[in-house]
Amino acid sequence: METLQILQTIWFFLIGFLFVGYSMLDGFDLGIGTMLPFMAKNKSEETAIISTIGPVWDGNEVWIITAGGALFAAFPHVYATVFSGFYLALMLVLFALIFRAVSLEFWSMDAGRRHVWKWSFAVGSFLPALLFGVALGNLIAGIPLNDKMEFTGSFFTLLRPFPLSIGLLGLSAILLQGCAYGILKTGGGIQDRFRHAAKKIWIAFIFCLALSASLSAVYLPQQLNNPLCWIFTALILALQISYRVTIDTKHETLLFVFSSLSFACLWALIGTIQFPYLARATGGPEFSLSVYNASSTETTLWVMLIIALVGMPFVIGYTAYVYKIFRGKVNQ
Amino acid sequence: MDAVMLSRIQFGLAAGFHFLFPPLTLGLTLIILVLETRYLHSDDGLYKKISTFLIKILALVFVMGTATGVVLEFSFGTNWAAYSRMVGDIFGSPLAAEGVFAFFMESVFLGVLVFGRNKVSKRVYWLSAFLVFFGAHMSGLWIIIANSWMQTPAGFKIDQGRAVLTDFLAAMFNDSTHLRFVHVVIGGWITGSLFVAGVSSWYILKKRDLASAKPLLSLALWVFISASLVQLAAGHLHSEQVAKTQPEKLATYEALWETTNGAPMSMIGIPDPDRKITHFEISIPKLLSFGIYLDPNAKVQGLNEFRKEDLPPIVITYLSYHFMVLLGFLFIAMSLIALFLKYRQKLYEAKWYLYALLFALPLPFASNLLGWMAAEIGRQPWAVYRVLRTADAASTVVPAWQILFTIIAFSVIYMLIFAVFLKLLIKIVKKGPEKVTLGYAED
Repeated sequence: METLQILQTIWFFLIGFLFVGYSMLDGFDLGIGTMLPFMAKNKSEETAIISTIGPVWDGNEVWIITAGGALFAAFPHVYATVFSGFYLALMLVLFALIFRAVSLEFWSMDAGRRHVWKWSFAVGSFLPALLFGVALGNLIAGIPLNDKMEFTGSFFTLLRPFPLSIGLLGLSAILLQGCAYGILKTGGGIQDRFRHAAKKIWIAFIFCLALSASLSAVYLPQQLNNPLCWIFTALILALQISYRVTIDTKHETLLFVFSSLSFACLWALIGTIQFPYLARATGGPEFSLSVYNASSTETTLWVMLIIALVGMPFVIGYTAYVYKIFRGKVNQ
Repeated sequence: MDAVMLSRIQFGLAAGFHFLFPPLTLGLTLIILVLETRYLHSDDGLYKKISTFLIKILALVFVMGTATGVVLEFSFGTNWAAYSRMVGDIFGSPLAAEGVFAFFMESVFLGVLVFGRNKVSKRVYWLSAFLVFFGAHMSGLWIIIANSWMQTPAGFKIDQGRAVLTDFLAAMFNDSTHLRFVHVVIGGWITGSLFVAGVSSWYILKKRDLASAKPLLSLALWVFISASLVQLAAGHLHSEQVAKTQPEKLATYEALWETTNGAPMSMIGIPDPDRKITHFEISIPKLLSFGIYLDPNAKVQGLNEFRKEDLPPIVITYLSYHFMVLLGFLFIAMSLIALFLKYRQKLYEAKWYLYALLFALPLPFASNLLGWMAAEIGRQPWAVYRVLRTADAASTVVPAWQILFTIIAFSVIYMLIFAVFLKLLIKIVKKGPEKVTLGYAED
């Protein structure tokens, strides 16, 4: 392989790494946010649940901002095609992210309208949690692209069964992550409610997994012969079964680890199905955007690799340090 | 209206609204760092109290900046897909680097500032204040790098219709990066310091929270005085650079129609692009030539040397630039008065000046926006100067009605959150340094 191809492949994995980081970290606060109105019985419980994510959610969201920047830098054609093609859907995500970003700060100061900001945080968390998966599902199922790499579908192209099933799968994975974090950071009645929710959402997750697996047999029949797909699917199932049997135990950290690893395996499965494509085209592989035809130049990929290798270890280091500062259960 | 025009309006609204917040963040993080440094060394609870008060405000300002900043990053893909394809090889890196080197740091340690006062040692808390300050400024640096490359592109070649990177450092530290960074950061310090000075003045006028307000006013004014005076030099150097790297932009700033030996500096007037004259103009002979080249008879290129389709809109660029400069001189005047009052030790008694500080509080936001308009509208018709026209930069697949719809949605959302922001900001200020607490404990 030439250097350029190696770099393109590395960047496929690094973008994947940023998405895994986003899913694990912002995943739990998206999950907590979505469930907030249903988990808190009174004001003090609401404060307790929000306190679990208050100090860290903002840093977590930077993972998607960085992933966006990295995608722009490494694969500008994908950035351009997908963002302009999915215009209305992405704008909906943006509106949600705007409300989400201001909601907790507003909630903490605007005593008279706390319920408004609680719900805006919930909806602002729910929409990205669902729609990121739908967008991803579309890139897997394939979208109509012309020979100029431009999207030729409409808003409704995005709402096909398979992408919607991936949206639901992502949403349920995010909720499971949120439950695991909620169980880890709370106690008493709130913790019981997160445990109860985790069991129900677990069933939904397994259902969504089965649904999207069946649909993928229709959309991606060739993947049935790919042993890696079966391996990652088996790993996800094993981790999910471990998650299920750990819910009612005192191994709260382990539960979070199972959930996070399951998310990582979900991404590994998607990576296996997609590589080397970032966005498949319905019109055939010659229209698809792959790491080879959609990337930046070798120079830029090198520069970006150096930036990532120099910067990300610090990011991971101080993020871990700050989580350590805020470790333990929140006051209730 | 066509999709390109609508996308320009949307980006203008989104960037303009966003740019209210980051400069204030820069100034606030600087003053918080100074206060935390004093607290670390002196252990005086007063500094802790004042700093806590400002951190409360910073947290509110910061989320507004974050909420509106994500929109801009996405916009390059959603509304400016052709731009992203053509220059993504260069323009994407600073945005990614901003996340990796700056925004993570700023966001993660802001969490410690807001929620960690009782969980970490004084040294770690100080370090967090430093890293939030540093992260905010580095974030500004990477964004200015990206934007400066659009102004004075370097370190690239055109290959099959795409701009490709040939020299990373040349692209990042192009002709305008360092001067624009300094200019914007000092603008941020002026914004933050006048904001804090205005709030402190209000307390002193109201005769409340005096123990906090007086030292806070004093500190804020020192920052304000230094920043305003340094900005004179920084702004001048930046204009000089614009004259050399983007001559048609400088000619627009000055409404200099003909190429002139010994060009005058236009003080005020109303340019008339149709008749190519400036009405009611007051100008100082030879000052422009002298300012740029230190030679009163040096030649400065005029607008008539350029093709009309390569020139920016003249009236709005000229006026934005001149009102920005006017405000800059107003800040200098206010600084000199502050120095005089401090020297005479009459600062806290000079009611008229305290009122002036209070009413001047919004002005740096205006000068930031005017400067941004002068820079960005002044770069038109180019998205990337002499490389890519704005008209060729927009997404081709997004229908105009969808953009119109999102412009309306953004306007409604931004007005709503701005109203709440102002309400909560006033609430914090009314509560005052004595009563403000961090975290979710209150109410």
